[in-house]
Amino acid sequence: MEKKTPLYPWHESHGGRIVPFASYLLPVQYESGVIAEHNAVREKAGLFDVSHMGEFAIAGKAALEALQKILTNDFTNMAIGRVRYSLMCNEQGCIIDDLVVCKMDEGRYMLVVNAANRDKDAAWIKTKLKEIKLDGASFEDVSDKFAQIALQGPLAPAILSSLSNTIPEKYYTLIERGSVAGIDCIVSRTGYTGETGFELYCKPDDAIALWEKIMQAGKNSGLIPCGLGARDTLRLEASMPLYGHEMDETITPFEAGLASAVKMNKDFFIGKEGLTGKEKPGRIRTGLKIIDRGIARENCPVSVNGKNVGKTTSGTFCPHLKAAMAMALLDTSIAAPGNIVDVDVRGRIIKAETCALPFSLI
Amino acid sequence: MDVPENLKFTKSHEWVKSLEGGIVEIGLTDFAQSELGDIVFVNLPKAGDVLKAGTSFADVESVKAVSDIYSPLNGTVKEANQQVLDHPESINSAPYEAWLIRAQGDIPAGGLLSPAEYKALLG
Repeated sequence: MEKKTPLYPWHESHGGRIVPFASYLLPVQYESGVIAEHNAVREKAGLFDVSHMGEFAIAGKAALEALQKILTNDFTNMAIGRVRYSLMCNEQGCIIDDLVVCKMDEGRYMLVVNAANRDKDAAWIKTKLKEIKLDGASFEDVSDKFAQIALQGPLAPAILSSLSNTIPEKYYTLIERGSVAGIDCIVSRTGYTGETGFELYCKPDDAIALWEKIMQAGKNSGLIPCGLGARDTLRLEASMPLYGHEMDETITPFEAGLASAVKMNKDFFIGKEGLTGKEKPGRIRTGLKIIDRGIARENCPVSVNGKNVGKTTSGTFCPHLKAAMAMALLDTSIAAPGNIVDVDVRGRIIKAETCALPFSLI
Repeated sequence: MDVPENLKFTKSHEWVKSLEGGIVEIGLTDFAQSELGDIVFVNLPKAGDVLKAGTSFADVESVKAVSDIYSPLNGTVKEANQQVLDHPESINSAPYEAWLIRAQGDIPAGGLLSPAEYKALLG
């Protein structure tokens, strides 16, 4: 039985086409459609219900030590109010989840994890805290205490500024005790669209009021509500990896092209041993620009002269690039930009050209 | 949902329009385009390709998914609509003008629904 976010009644009464996703019922699109929603975020602004995301609180005198050991990035030099992307790996160095760590205060952190991985992540972290005997770090899954709303797009700062004088100035920072339209919320300058924007964490009971205030404030700027469809095309166009596609428990961060979130110079973290010697992987996340007519989606075999060189991990038509693009895990030997490959799309071979990530560079 | 009175329909949401000389036009219904969302690519057969009733002859790609289009007849393709290949979004904006193929052949008995029957199917 899927759960409903606090904003579900709003989606239902405003033409949201509801689908099950990661145990939640969420709108895939509204009446304007995926392309219009996508373009609104690229050119103006869009509003997303991302309440399905998981939030964990990790606190205590050993909280930092716990993060250092359980996650791949380095948090020792992080100031209060900063947000940092990280991976969580298993002992083999493969990815359990990707997440962001928010430093709320000394010894107090919030982790934002993928909805589909929430229970798996919580179990993993709790087990590991016991195994590494970090009694001084408490863990709580606080996901149900928050609704989360993402305001994304070039006009997002202006829209939010009209409702709040507590907005973070810099990318990947947050204000814990923020207020938007008089509603208490955490305001972070983060997002998953490739545009400037904010993510607001509020009490579930405040979610509809906050959403409606933002919609009202953005009405004249072209702000529209956006669903999961646009979220996926936006993140793909911005070449952002997605768990379950570009990352999973068989893929290392190096293969996923996420080495910058792995600090091999740390004394210890779970997965370090497994990753040692794998810094130069045999396959790597690569961009593909589809040349022929068609769209390569996930799990399409990729070959060169009949020899398999990997598979696509996700792909779609990118509305702003006006081209079909894909990401793929390909043999490192073929991954340099400019190689022509064959992609098997449901039995039909179409040509594609390898390209650098992010796609916005091409 | 728009269900024109001058067309016949399939259970898999194609529309069929009879032209002169035993030729039919086949397209996607308003319901189908609405369910698919923004259509960005269409793969169509070529003139001369063989069609088999109930099997896929083309596919359309929306931003989110790919869907098969099924032939209502046994026969051959006479013409693919270049306009739709160049402007797949025309299926969204005018589903009953954006025919996919013109074809000739035999439609199995009971293979098509009247507008009233199709409306009943949509519920």
